[in-house]
Amino acid sequence: MHLHDFWFLLIAVLWTGYFFLEGFDFGIGVLTKTLARDRTERRVLINTIGPVWDGNEVWLITAAGATFAAFPDWYATLFSGFYLPFLLILVCLIVRGVAFEYRHKRPEERWQRNWEHAIFWCSLLPAFLWGAAFANIVRGVPIGPDKNFTGSLADLLSPYALLGGLFTLVLFTFHGAVFAALKTAGDIRHRARAHAGRYGLGAAALAVAFLGWTQADSGNGRSLAALIVALAGLAGALVMNRLGREGWAFTLSGLTVVAAFALVFLALFPDVMPSSTNPEWSLTVTDAASSPYTLGIMTWVAGFATPLILAYQAWTYWVFRKRIGTQHIPAAH
Amino acid sequence: MNLALAPETLARWQFGITTVYHFLFVPLTISLAAITAGLETAWVRTGKEKYFHATKFWGKLFLINIAMGVVTGIVQEFQFGMNWSDYSRFVGDVFGAPLAMEALLAFFFESTFIGLWIFGWDKLPKKIHCACIWIVAVGTLLSSYFILAANSWMQHPTGYSIDKNTGRAHLTDIWAVLTQNTTLVVVFHTLTAAFLTGAAFIVGIASFHLWRAKRKQINGEELGEKQRHQIGAMRTSLRVGLVVAVIAGLGTAISGDSLGKVMFEQQPMKMAAAEALWDTQAPAPFSVFAVGDVTKGHNSVEIEVPGVLSFLAHSNFSEAVPGINDVAAQEAARYGGKPDDYIPSIFMTFWGFRLMIGFGMTSFVAGLIGLWTTRKKLWLAPAFRTGENEVPRLMLTKTREMSPFLTKWSWRVGVLTMGFPLIANSFGWIFTEMGRQPWAVYGLMKTAKAVSPGVSQGEVLTSMAVFTLLYGVLAVVEVKLLVKYAKAGPDTDEKPPAEDPRLRLPSGGAPGSGTEREDADKPMTFAY
Repeated sequence: MHLHDFWFLLIAVLWTGYFFLEGFDFGIGVLTKTLARDRTERRVLINTIGPVWDGNEVWLITAAGATFAAFPDWYATLFSGFYLPFLLILVCLIVRGVAFEYRHKRPEERWQRNWEHAIFWCSLLPAFLWGAAFANIVRGVPIGPDKNFTGSLADLLSPYALLGGLFTLVLFTFHGAVFAALKTAGDIRHRARAHAGRYGLGAAALAVAFLGWTQADSGNGRSLAALIVALAGLAGALVMNRLGREGWAFTLSGLTVVAAFALVFLALFPDVMPSSTNPEWSLTVTDAASSPYTLGIMTWVAGFATPLILAYQAWTYWVFRKRIGTQHIPAAH
Repeated sequence: MNLALAPETLARWQFGITTVYHFLFVPLTISLAAITAGLETAWVRTGKEKYFHATKFWGKLFLINIAMGVVTGIVQEFQFGMNWSDYSRFVGDVFGAPLAMEALLAFFFESTFIGLWIFGWDKLPKKIHCACIWIVAVGTLLSSYFILAANSWMQHPTGYSIDKNTGRAHLTDIWAVLTQNTTLVVVFHTLTAAFLTGAAFIVGIASFHLWRAKRKQINGEELGEKQRHQIGAMRTSLRVGLVVAVIAGLGTAISGDSLGKVMFEQQPMKMAAAEALWDTQAPAPFSVFAVGDVTKGHNSVEIEVPGVLSFLAHSNFSEAVPGINDVAAQEAARYGGKPDDYIPSIFMTFWGFRLMIGFGMTSFVAGLIGLWTTRKKLWLAPAFRTGENEVPRLMLTKTREMSPFLTKWSWRVGVLTMGFPLIANSFGWIFTEMGRQPWAVYGLMKTAKAVSPGVSQGEVLTSMAVFTLLYGVLAVVEVKLLVKYAKAGPDTDEKPPAEDPRLRLPSGGAPGSGTEREDADKPMTFAY
């Protein structure tokens, strides 16, 4: 395997890992309004991701940083081309992060309510926008001969992209509901399962539509396999959720997220940013990549760091493995 | 939309606003992480509750602060691609590597272990909990090292070659990038300044509490049990802050001097601009005050100390220091264009340099005076010594205390000093980045060539307005919260988590089996 192909794989893993992890974070954020009935239940949900959301978000920072290092052209074209959507994502991630940390720091009703609105909207919007962004990436956007995006915001809002956004939003909410069922105790746990069942059906319909469209449009043999895994995973997650096998349901909803993004990256390869203007102007792994020297160094660093990161992040989940119910939430001060 | 501005102007403003803002939080995060870790270690080792309360108190302020640092940091990474795409294409091969290393080797540490630290008080054994905050602290140090290595490469590119086909920089020697003297000196300077910042923050808040308690005593009010415990925690904190301020302040001065010498060699224009030294002089004077006229290429008003600039640049009082006009002419001859194109804003560099040194060193001097006057035993008559839970007297000599007027102002200056390093840091960065102009990467790429060609001025104006507004609102929220928690002081009624949790032996069955025992129903010690 060529180094730049390996790095394409690694970047796909980083983005997919990010969506696997922050996927359920975003889902929890959405559920604070749709599932939780009162403030204590909202706090139960928020505290299921309390110790881990920040670590999950670093997957994004690493994915972006690794894209910068390994494929500067990909990074430059994508981030400057999707300027306004990325701005919105940034604003959401800023407000959301601050909301988690600051919400409980004052007792006033208005203060807490405002941050709770922020958590909901700033989870919902990125969950949608990331799907739309990756739909645009895989399908191709107007890119000129100088590798710069030449389209407008309207080009990024095609029905296909909106469908992609809706798909990730519902899929992440499903993933989050399954996670909530796994991590909570008491009444909210049972309702989380019921919610998961409904979101899962929605996600299944959207998966058939969006992933099917992606496969028909830009798919290949390998991406077809990913499509099958994604759909089977989703069906399995729904069955396990109904049976009350929460650990399995979460594993399978995670598998669905992984397979859905695997499909996107398999359909994309060997391009990294296809040009809808002229296929010759598409950015490919070969010409967007950094030098073999840089990729070699980064391989060593990633090879050393990744197992370590996986180990201590897994340990964190182990430390905070206990279910949380309303009885665990200390009274607000 | 097209404004009558150079394309890079708005992007530069946005980068300046977001970066200076981000860097208000960074140095506090770096230093408070380490100082909190030190305090927790003291608690773990001695078991004294005052250390526990100090840890919790500074930890809380640290967390309010790091939240802002983390979220504004994501913007920094994104905006290279969003606003500076041609720059990113040109330097990605070199610049991206330290950035990715920062994420892989530092950010994961910080963000994962901060979660464990916040939520883990009753879930982890004491020592492991304490190790978590140390790992966060090491993470912040590593992260500053990598990002400063990247910045140093923009100040002084090394370890690269230019690809003949693409015209882009290619990394040839990562070791050179990570260990060049610019990087090492800048890391030393930035970290010492960061510790000065955190130390001044602690000194300021501790002074506020101690002076408040002192005023109550002066007014004849009785202090309660809780207040005396708070004084104990604050007195310890004050001493810790003062010691760190003096060591870090000294380090900042020494590293600043080394950095100046490196810059005289690597970017003579920046240093000539810092001194508003228009023409090469031997020996060169240090300028205390100057009003320059760029169009005429000389200063209209000036106060100088002869020979000192030569000393700063070369460690002797006679050697020549190149002036702005001469360096500009050299650069124009080398890179093309007019000499004027190579002159940065003299006003900003000259005054930025002075404000950096002035504000930074004021805190250092305040720390030095504070360290002496609040001493516990050394050269102090027994009658003037104060107990652990008392506000220290400000002692000038063995038996001479400051007058009430001086005492009042000393405590007030102590409170004020917490803002000074923040101002110094901001001007330090404004100076070093504006002093490098017109270059984005010194000698290789001009800022005008670095912007995203596909991004319209309307888009940049939108994002700049959004960030400015959002950051403004968040600043108000953050400062109000900090003030609230700082004023409340340590919660001295809080008890440390009594016993080590049995990590390896969960109290109930396996997660999900539904067989947890009742004792698992106790509330979390910390919850969002």
